[in-house]
Amino acid sequence: MISAIRELRIASGIREFGKYGQLLYQALRSSTEFSTYRKNLFHEFVKVGYESIPIIFLVGIFTGAVMTLQTAYQLDTDLYPSTIIGSIVVQSLIIELAAVISALVLAGKVGARMSTELGTMRVSEQIDALEAMGFNSVSFLVVPRIAAGILMFPILYTTAAVFGVIGGITAGAVDGILPAAEFMEGGRAFFFESDVIFGIIKSFVFGFVITSIACYKGYYAFGGAEGVGNATTRATVLSCIFVLLADFILAALLL
Amino acid sequence: MIEIKNLTKSFGDLLVWRDVSFTIQDGETTAIIGRSGCGKSVLIKHLNALLYPDEGQILIDDQSVFDLSYTELRKIRQRFGILFQGGALFDSISTFENVAFPLRYFTDQTEEEITHNVNEALTVVNLKESGEKSTAELSGGMRKRVGLARAIILKPDYLLYDEPTSGLDPRTSEEINELIVDLADSLDITSIVVTHDMHSVLSISEKVAFLDEQKLSWFGKTEDMQHSDNKNLMDFITASEYQINKQNA
Repeated sequence: MISAIRELRIASGIREFGKYGQLLYQALRSSTEFSTYRKNLFHEFVKVGYESIPIIFLVGIFTGAVMTLQTAYQLDTDLYPSTIIGSIVVQSLIIELAAVISALVLAGKVGARMSTELGTMRVSEQIDALEAMGFNSVSFLVVPRIAAGILMFPILYTTAAVFGVIGGITAGAVDGILPAAEFMEGGRAFFFESDVIFGIIKSFVFGFVITSIACYKGYYAFGGAEGVGNATTRATVLSCIFVLLADFILAALLL
Repeated sequence: MIEIKNLTKSFGDLLVWRDVSFTIQDGETTAIIGRSGCGKSVLIKHLNALLYPDEGQILIDDQSVFDLSYTELRKIRQRFGILFQGGALFDSISTFENVAFPLRYFTDQTEEEITHNVNEALTVVNLKESGEKSTAELSGGMRKRVGLARAIILKPDYLLYDEPTSGLDPRTSEEINELIVDLADSLDITSIVVTHDMHSVLSISEKVAFLDEQKLSWFGKTEDMQHSDNKNLMDFITASEYQINKQNA
């Protein structure tokens, strides 16, 4: 009985993955229909990028500030120079925290919005209406959302990292842990361009993972308001899981 | 002309209907009736290949819709206008923009021409003053009329109505019925109406297809329907008349 249920789940998982791949293939094929999604693309740039800046600002500031306070607490000894705090905070932000924490927050903000929008359009037959008019609904709805995710997440990552450093400097100075100059000196000592490139690659991947899963779950939503709610919940949970999984794989491959 | 040939559809293990065949002549209004859940809406979604059957085919002017490439299919779909049950209006844009939507993407019309054509379509559905309203401000009947204006804006050959009067009061239902008849006459459109409202069927349709027990149970002229020896059809009509009398009482 248990093995039968397990087989059923595996089969359903494979089927879901196949459908997801099919949607991505359709999106890739229809990415050439630029005139269909041009207007929506700029709309999504604003929604994904511009409208996420306030939350990314807060995420960056507080992550950098808390990181600085905790690193100072853990290194409360005379064995290390205080500049090491800046080195650890800056490098951690660039390599890991700015990308991953932003992605997890954006899975809730951007991903949930996308799956809810598409899910509502699906259950209220708006997607059928688009297809019935002769539109390619994947090109019209899915392509601009994924493209905006891929292109905007690196900018949001950079914003989070910059504000993280500012948060770290501010917390260090206000709390009397270390002056801004020492923080920056430590940060510069272990600043490598390759770390920034690694962070940008991560944010590209996270942008793709979050928006494609959200679009997939929303596009195939069914069952009225409850169905849309379920699709949004699954999109958010799956996005978070796959962001963490992708984070691990990228770290294993690229570091 | 639309020829439906031996169409069979199921969702997983659930058979919707089997071996459905009938022909819709140009210029005719055909009603597809049957109990809730018998697959009426599923059937009209096959006409423009929004859904695909398990077996069978649909020929539009001798062209099989299920064998077309996606590009060809999109052209065929533009020959259809469809009024969805809830209107299926895009809620992020105004009423005017909903109606203008197909014109902006599928024609090279200037802004002036678009404004003129949209106002004309809104006038046809008696909503001339509602163009700037958001879709959230529209009542159920208004949403259907806006959906209808959008469906006719590209002057389609075929107009599909999915439960056009469901959820509406008798007066508004009557207005929608009159609109369907007027549009069929004035635009010379072939109309296919999915409904379980017998009052609508009698006032708008020339032919009737009755879906029952997972098959096409009866197909013929509307005037022949009441003399049919199909027991389930007669039961359906009787139950509907009882409902109408109860509403009128």
